[in-house]
Amino acid sequence: MFQTLRTHPAWHGLLLGAFSLVAALILALGSDLTRAPIAARAAEDLQLSLSQVIPAALYDNDLTSSIHMLQDQTEGAVPVFVARRDGQVTATAFELTGFGYAGAIRVLIGLAPDGQVLGVRVLAHAETPGLGDKIEIRKSPWIDGFAGRSLTNPPPSGWKVRKDGGVFDQFSGATITPRAVVQTVARGLALFDRHRSTVLAAPQEQT
Amino acid sequence: MTDFAKIARDGIWDNNVVFGQLLALCPLLAVTGTATNGLGMGITSTAVMVVSGVAVSLLRHVITPEIRIPAFVLIIATIVTLVDLGLNAWAHDLHKVLGLFIPLIVTNCAILGRAEAFASRQSPVAAGFDGLMMGLGFTLALVALGALREIFGAGTLFANASILLGPRFAFLELTVFPDYQGFLLLVLPPGGFIVMGLLLALKAKLDQRVSGGVDLTPGRPAGKVFTSVGVLDPDHKEELS
Repeated sequence: MFQTLRTHPAWHGLLLGAFSLVAALILALGSDLTRAPIAARAAEDLQLSLSQVIPAALYDNDLTSSIHMLQDQTEGAVPVFVARRDGQVTATAFELTGFGYAGAIRVLIGLAPDGQVLGVRVLAHAETPGLGDKIEIRKSPWIDGFAGRSLTNPPPSGWKVRKDGGVFDQFSGATITPRAVVQTVARGLALFDRHRSTVLAAPQEQT
Repeated sequence: MTDFAKIARDGIWDNNVVFGQLLALCPLLAVTGTATNGLGMGITSTAVMVVSGVAVSLLRHVITPEIRIPAFVLIIATIVTLVDLGLNAWAHDLHKVLGLFIPLIVTNCAILGRAEAFASRQSPVAAGFDGLMMGLGFTLALVALGALREIFGAGTLFANASILLGPRFAFLELTVFPDYQGFLLLVLPPGGFIVMGLLLALKAKLDQRVSGGVDLTPGRPAGKVFTSVGVLDPDHKEELS
């Protein structure tokens, strides 16, 4: 009786269905158990990245939850982190994506209210190890060269790598990667310039 | 009677996932830019192989042959997803290093291969032990390949090992060649193929020496080959036709 049941085609389907159900239950349980720790880790990561582009002395609010959504014609919806001290906007930070030699480069840009660059960090990239990865702060201080720059320093024609007639260094053997980062930072400055007044007047989150 | 010594010998050397079966090359070449990444991938793969081996073995009387492949894939994918979630939650730094490659463990055909060829016919203890030994062999291959590529590609060994294993293992991080300019080819995927070819040749040479240089025939006579159309048995060719 059991043997004939085991060879019946419907049995296979039922068995596989039962397996899928058990697997789904186990996964749901695992996802439920890890959801809170993973969210906490992600928040820590975000805080760590933000603290690298906005000096801690500049703000006393909870930066990771102080998000203002910008709607921009060219960049789309961009979440902007707004740093405040004593209720005054002291800095902003946001992430833009550039395209380098090997796909997307995620760049986090910190700006002062007057549009000066406070700091820039590359969050993720897939550039060539040993050549393009000098955009990481761990590998090279190159990315710190953006600090203090703004849309007028250098003027727009200078927001290029040196090879293209701009003021920013490229690396030997890699031009595409720094070019992408420079363009992305320039895009970020232009974005902030278009929305400066709305960001600075962004409603303060309830605490 | 389970011959544990033979399982160990098979897993680590004779039938090594990489150098014996030439399986799992996709994660192998992708992560072995450094020895540390290789070690991390090896440990996680080993954990998955042990758990999936035991699970498949426990369920071997329930799973019918017709649905065994989807069932095995389901089991392995579930375990890998749990490992991915767990690492992300409780070993976050390691997850940042390995994150991209963990889903690749599902595509590690060695795990499905062991489930099919070994775990589904053996007791849970033997299957778990086989997973451990196969995983150990895989880890050895990953670390060997990663170490060679790292030493000659970047001049370091076990860089960032303290992120993977904790600060107590910082002593592993060595700079083999100070002021090394780097040899990019080895760090990039082609270097992986080149080093693997050299290691394969080395193993063949060692095996030849052990067997007294007798086995010079290129390729072993094939045993039974399981395909989607049935079993190909070289001794009974007429059965298929």
